[in-house]
Amino acid sequence: MEKRTTFSKWSVGILFAVPQLLLIFTFFYWPAGQAIFWSLTLQQPWGGGNIWVGLDNFKSILANADYWNSVTISIIFAAISTSISMGVALILAALTDRQLKGSKFYRVVLIWPYGIAAPASAMAFRFILAPEAGFMSVVNHYWPGFWDPGLDGTAAMASIIAAFSWKYTGYSFIFFLAAFQAIPRSLIEAAAMDGSGVIRRFWDIQFPMITPTIFFLLVINITESFQDSYGIVDIMTSGGPHNSTNLMVYKIVFDGFRGLDYSGAAAQSIILMLLIIVLTIFQFRFIERRVHYR
Amino acid sequence: MVERTPILNFFTHVILFLGFIVAVGPLAIVAIAASHNLSEVNQVPMSLVPGTDFWINIKTAWTTANLGPKLLNSLIFAGGVAAGKVIVSALTAFSLVYFRYPGRGFIFWLIFVTLMLPLEVRIVPTYAVAANVLSPYQAILDVTGITWLIERISGIQVSLDLGLLNSYPGLILPLVATATGTFLYRQFFLTIPDELTEAARMDGAGSLRFFIDILLPLSRTNMAALGTIMFLWAWNQYLWPLLVTTDPSHATAVTELKQLIPNVGGLPEWHIAMAGTLIVMVPPLAVVVLMQRWVVRGVIATEK
Repeated sequence: MEKRTTFSKWSVGILFAVPQLLLIFTFFYWPAGQAIFWSLTLQQPWGGGNIWVGLDNFKSILANADYWNSVTISIIFAAISTSISMGVALILAALTDRQLKGSKFYRVVLIWPYGIAAPASAMAFRFILAPEAGFMSVVNHYWPGFWDPGLDGTAAMASIIAAFSWKYTGYSFIFFLAAFQAIPRSLIEAAAMDGSGVIRRFWDIQFPMITPTIFFLLVINITESFQDSYGIVDIMTSGGPHNSTNLMVYKIVFDGFRGLDYSGAAAQSIILMLLIIVLTIFQFRFIERRVHYR
Repeated sequence: MVERTPILNFFTHVILFLGFIVAVGPLAIVAIAASHNLSEVNQVPMSLVPGTDFWINIKTAWTTANLGPKLLNSLIFAGGVAAGKVIVSALTAFSLVYFRYPGRGFIFWLIFVTLMLPLEVRIVPTYAVAANVLSPYQAILDVTGITWLIERISGIQVSLDLGLLNSYPGLILPLVATATGTFLYRQFFLTIPDELTEAARMDGAGSLRFFIDILLPLSRTNMAALGTIMFLWAWNQYLWPLLVTTDPSHATAVTELKQLIPNVGGLPEWHIAMAGTLIVMVPPLAVVVLMQRWVVRGVIATEK
């Protein structure tokens, strides 16, 4: 859609865009370019010039077992937490949309976790899932040593997944409910009059109509699981035990700021950027085909 | 409800109630744990009956983590990001929709790309820019030879240096630098009828006049929604404030949470930790509760 009536002094028009352009140049394009440059050079931590090394940084990262561990667990984290948050949110939104008594209440309350900061959610779950106090301690009371996220990598992973999925269930719920409510009631009523039951209507009418939302949330949830996980890991596990929760963003920040390995951190950032871009494009290309847009 | 489905209705109520427990349970546990004393909070299993030490714990957490100034920092930070986004996005969208100039398509594309890459993946070089926000411009002067020229002519060595670490602009500006919001305004401006612009122009209004007197008042709902979402988003940021505020006097409430993780050894002070967590949780939660309508609108509008 284009506007026909516009203002003629286009020099003034450009001025309106200048604040944003300055901001994105300084804090987006320059750092992004810097990341590419650093990834191709050997950067001295305390200044003192840099040496062009081409793709050596990438080669050494890709030859590093710790790095591959970080990639693998990030993908596991993304897959499981996205399935949980979207699955639970889909069920809750579909049921809230049935508009039984009390649905207004659920519509309000189920959004709450969205407002909680990921690190605060991590702190709450760190207590709830602590081995010596809180609620999982009951399990340890009967089977001593069964649950200890401080020592057991799987338990640590389960903990960060719980904290992340909890917050993002609230987020996905907002979108799913909006999508369900956008479906005309008359359509559902017509189908009901034709004798189809609730389940049948869900699969044949509602589900196909919300596939664009599913597709959209899939992209958002996966990319957020790569970004917003930093605070959760930092509060709950600090990447441990034995790197079992050392997700990609956490490793980048750790290598960059603690290890002062700017070149390695930059190369990892570039790979993560590419991963996010590829995921987004992949999902657009392959999932969108099966999506029914109205 | 279209037909009578008593069994399904029963299960709907059960599942929604379970969902309610899962959504609100952790919040309730935080609040209850914050009301226990040291031995109660470490009881196995923890009692779900609230204790009596709520205000004592809140006070202890408040002073231990020095939360007063931290909450104020969070407020300034989140408010600044929200205001920055609302203003900058509106200006840019106005420029893109209401003017025709060469390179408009390119600018549109430049802005659009910023939606793809989050701050987290370019965090190390962004930190370097925040340490000296003029470094990109210095580099341009160096590469183009202007530094050399100025030194030759005037003898003055140009070295631009403006550090933003431990400052509000350093906290705020990098988060304002993506285009969330610009496209929300763009979509909205495109729905405003041309006749309105024509009428304004006929009455002799210039672009600035039209923007302030007509466009902005019409976009009040968009501003409320975008502002609410951006406030929540910024309040809940962790990594960037953590890096930029090395000096605790500029730290935000969320980054201070880490100070409250109980030490290993002895009974862990979870009651204090949970009291602090509760204090950090309450402001954004209050925004969600009070601004429910704008939150839902804002989330859906900014992301889509």
